[in-house]
Amino acid sequence: MRILVCISNVPDTTTRVKFVENSTKLDTGGIQWVINPWDELSLTRALELKDDPANNIQQITVAHVGLAGAEPTIRKALAIGADDALRVNADPTEAYFVALQLANVIREDPYDIILCGIESSDYNGSTVGGMLAEFLDIPSVSAVSSLNIENGEVLIDREIDGGKEKVTASMPFVAIVQKGIAKEPRIAAMRGIMMARSKTLKVTEPVSTEPMTEVLEFHMPKPHAACKFIDPEQPKQLVELLHNEAKVI
Amino acid sequence: MSVLVFTENWDGKFKKLSFELVSYATKLAEMLNTSAVVLSIGPVADEELRKLGNYGAAKILNATGDGLNSLDNQSWVNIIFQVAEKVDATVLVLSNNNTGKALAPRLSVRMKAGIGAGVNGLPKSTVPFVVSKKVYSGNAFADLLIRSEKKILTLSQNSFELVEKPGTPEIENYPVSLDPGTLKTRVKEVHKQTGKILLTDAEIVVSGGRGMKSPDNWGPLIELADLLGAATACSRPVSDEGWRPHEEHTGQTGKIIAPNLYIAIGISGATQHLAGVSSSKCIVAINSDKDAPVFEAARYGIVGDAAKILPQLVEAVKEIKGK
Repeated sequence: MRILVCISNVPDTTTRVKFVENSTKLDTGGIQWVINPWDELSLTRALELKDDPANNIQQITVAHVGLAGAEPTIRKALAIGADDALRVNADPTEAYFVALQLANVIREDPYDIILCGIESSDYNGSTVGGMLAEFLDIPSVSAVSSLNIENGEVLIDREIDGGKEKVTASMPFVAIVQKGIAKEPRIAAMRGIMMARSKTLKVTEPVSTEPMTEVLEFHMPKPHAACKFIDPEQPKQLVELLHNEAKVI
Repeated sequence: MSVLVFTENWDGKFKKLSFELVSYATKLAEMLNTSAVVLSIGPVADEELRKLGNYGAAKILNATGDGLNSLDNQSWVNIIFQVAEKVDATVLVLSNNNTGKALAPRLSVRMKAGIGAGVNGLPKSTVPFVVSKKVYSGNAFADLLIRSEKKILTLSQNSFELVEKPGTPEIENYPVSLDPGTLKTRVKEVHKQTGKILLTDAEIVVSGGRGMKSPDNWGPLIELADLLGAATACSRPVSDEGWRPHEEHTGQTGKIIAPNLYIAIGISGATQHLAGVSSSKCIVAINSDKDAPVFEAARYGIVGDAAKILPQLVEAVKEIKGK
């Protein structure tokens, strides 16, 4: 069995973002780039599954659509334990474009399970995984919080409003993964970092497509009024303000 | 031409989320000089369907047939796609909840429609079609131009006011013949919490962080939540420690919520936590550290010990509620 983990390269989640060029572009100065948190958890889960020989997983590949600047992030995924990597050499302008490129490379060389994080922490679209599955015309299961293989059958926990469903899916499929899939992201050990240097990172060129969407301008959230502090000896005042002023209780 | 809006149902019932979607689609249809058509999938009584008419739906299609009781993304996408063609939908609106996130991206490819994911308001303009959406986990917003002829929007929950516009919509049954044997995903078991207010539906949320000091101290927090009709939530360290269940974790990697009132107790307010709650209409912070970043996001704050303040809040709420 072969697993593909799609990864996105995003600013560290504590970054205070700023924009340049008339608020049309992210100011990348000083930003530390990381594997998108949900993708990192997906990779961790894939590696956990591979650790159990009963699951018979031969290969875990990571795929990324992005320019050469993302290679340190891809190498990090290899250091954590992925066997090899693919990079489609293009600026990931929008989800539709990214999903189309991924579909294109997967059609050439199919995988049994494709894992995508539920969203990237930059554009928060939650769209690449579903789009990819539709391009490939294969099933998708979204909001996946657990994935196990039992006797060759894949068992998935899917979060629904106020609960969970246990779902099976026929391979190949795309699992769109959220919190819970793995406890903590796996960390690269020194041996992994050394080995990552010699693992294969294949670069392919993109196919062209018309853009569907385009970001015209970024805005910062409106600053809001300063916090009104209430005397800790008089918590009752807070309840009165919420009732009479904010009118929320 | 029309605006098509899809709402799921929960065991045959709609909820506020459905009415928000219909209100939104109706307003959007007005901007485009057309009307809003609602699609519901699965068994729902006519009386329940008619409730959608209170928010401006011009027409309601109810897809029924075997195998529609649980979500199979591919077969549901087929139904929505066929209905979108039938009603000549120029914009398709879904919720940005789990179901919407599962279906909208597939439909984007099928309909060749650009997607505005997680919008929280009407388009800034319709020609060109520009919507505002949250990016960088709420640390910024983007004006997104959708170039394609057809568009898909997913609406963030609790971000659009209900607008009543009573009418008597035409209800049309849309029979679907689906061979359950061909489904590629199958639901084997369903586990649902009952009797609890869902965090994503709640208008008031009371949330606890490490400043609560121990899982044994949650009693007054839960009592406060019960009195307010609120859901309970927690910060990531609290769920990681196992003090509270993972389902309660709010923040960037947990649940992203937008209640009318969010009360953060003993939560310092790391960027990742605030990313999950920054769309709340009113944030209250109670924390012993006056420099905690949570106060920057809060409208009201108390600097003090949660263990002392919580019981007093409970009493004050009881008084106001006349209990």
